[in-house]
Amino acid sequence: MSSTAELRRTPLYDRHEAAGAKLVPFAGWEMPVQYAGIREEHIAVRTGAGVFDVSHMGQVLTRGPEALAFLQRMLSNDVRRIPQGGAQYSVMCREDGGVLDDLFTYRLAECEFLTVTNAANHEKDLGWLQSHAGEFDVDVLDRAGDFAMLALQGPNACSLLQGVTEGSLPARFHVVLRAVAGVPMLVCGTGYTGEGGVELLLDPEHAEDVWDALVAAGAAPAGLGARDTLRLEVCFHLYGNDLSEQRNPIEAGLGWCCKEQTGFIGSEAVSAARREGTTEKLVPFVIEGQGIARQGNPVLGGGEVTSGTFSPCLERGIGMAYVSSARAEPGEHIEIDVRRRTRPARIERRPLYQRKGA
Amino acid sequence: MADPSYPDDLKYHAEHDWARIEGDSATFGITWYAQDALGEVVFFDPPEVGAEVSKDQAYTEVESVKAVSDVFAPLSGEITAVNDALGDKPETINEDPYGEGWLVKVKLSDPSEVDSLMDASEYQASLD
Repeated sequence: MSSTAELRRTPLYDRHEAAGAKLVPFAGWEMPVQYAGIREEHIAVRTGAGVFDVSHMGQVLTRGPEALAFLQRMLSNDVRRIPQGGAQYSVMCREDGGVLDDLFTYRLAECEFLTVTNAANHEKDLGWLQSHAGEFDVDVLDRAGDFAMLALQGPNACSLLQGVTEGSLPARFHVVLRAVAGVPMLVCGTGYTGEGGVELLLDPEHAEDVWDALVAAGAAPAGLGARDTLRLEVCFHLYGNDLSEQRNPIEAGLGWCCKEQTGFIGSEAVSAARREGTTEKLVPFVIEGQGIARQGNPVLGGGEVTSGTFSPCLERGIGMAYVSSARAEPGEHIEIDVRRRTRPARIERRPLYQRKGA
Repeated sequence: MADPSYPDDLKYHAEHDWARIEGDSATFGITWYAQDALGEVVFFDPPEVGAEVSKDQAYTEVESVKAVSDVFAPLSGEITAVNDALGDKPETINEDPYGEGWLVKVKLSDPSEVDSLMDASEYQASLD
């Protein structure tokens, strides 16, 4: 409670309070965890449209003649493959392959890239990027204070957005500059829920107007609680839970976004992990029967749950856990120690929830 | 979810539990404040009939989507009944925390412990 005074507030804080949100500390920010209820917000995003305030997330702008070469060195994916107006997911690694953060990068112009960081990692990421920028002709600029960020997600998100937007919406993994509710902003075809939709990067001064317009158009305010259950149903990683500096992207199941031939920092370690295999692997699981596993619960015989919750769509306990690679296969049965009760679970394929019609 | 309420005919424990005393027996549940703080309850794993509960000690758990929470016994005794209906409809704890959302019935081992509990106005004052 005493730390509340030091928490940062997004430009939408008053809107959250007025909507009756429960506000909790998260990565140094006072954020809405829920409004109407996690399950109700979750279902709204799966069946209609929900809007999340994710203004706690950070942004780093990289620009200059060698911006591409620099990011190719820093990020695990093949940055050359991002077209202008494109978006790409990657991780940033230490030399030993430990994951510093997972990130989306948007190519705004030939030599200009905007990278979105996790709130808890923003300062670390910025420092890491700037400390490696010296040998490149590039500027690495902190832009976290310049953007409010909203995620509008759900099967109806794009039609709802189109109603308040001039011009066409971006394709998946693309970014366009558009006026939404009269406010110019970056409209990104990305998200963290497994549904269609966009993420919006805009001037914090106009965040309330845009939020109001989206809610008036039918988007349900959704909090970090629903954001977590939605992402876990589709097995998206959460840094600090499923990813850390002690885990490499191969064991985390993120080998697909690592292109070692680009020579990124950590590529040799990642290459070795890919070649030699890892002791453990991250797997999604569903609890068989009752019970809800939580982060930190041990897997019997070795391993640990890194994310666990109740799935509103499957109506069961679900999660992700690192387990021995020998048994990290769909269909394998594991047992989880949930506060001294043994709960059987089954390793599944990802995603645990499949979008309707997908 | 209903508005906050703290019925006058119940006794309250600081860990946000209530007890409805009926002679040397009592019914336990969690308060409006507790269910609101927890959010929508999605799982209640009932304790066993016959189990002993001790005042101020956790005797079961309720889980919302985001967290698990211990439930503390406001009084000591032996469980004589559990609310099995909550297995299928744990959200009843949110909808009717003092009625259909009761958790267990207990035969009290020391009815004098009741004197240590708060009445509704004392409990409400403790929340401010």
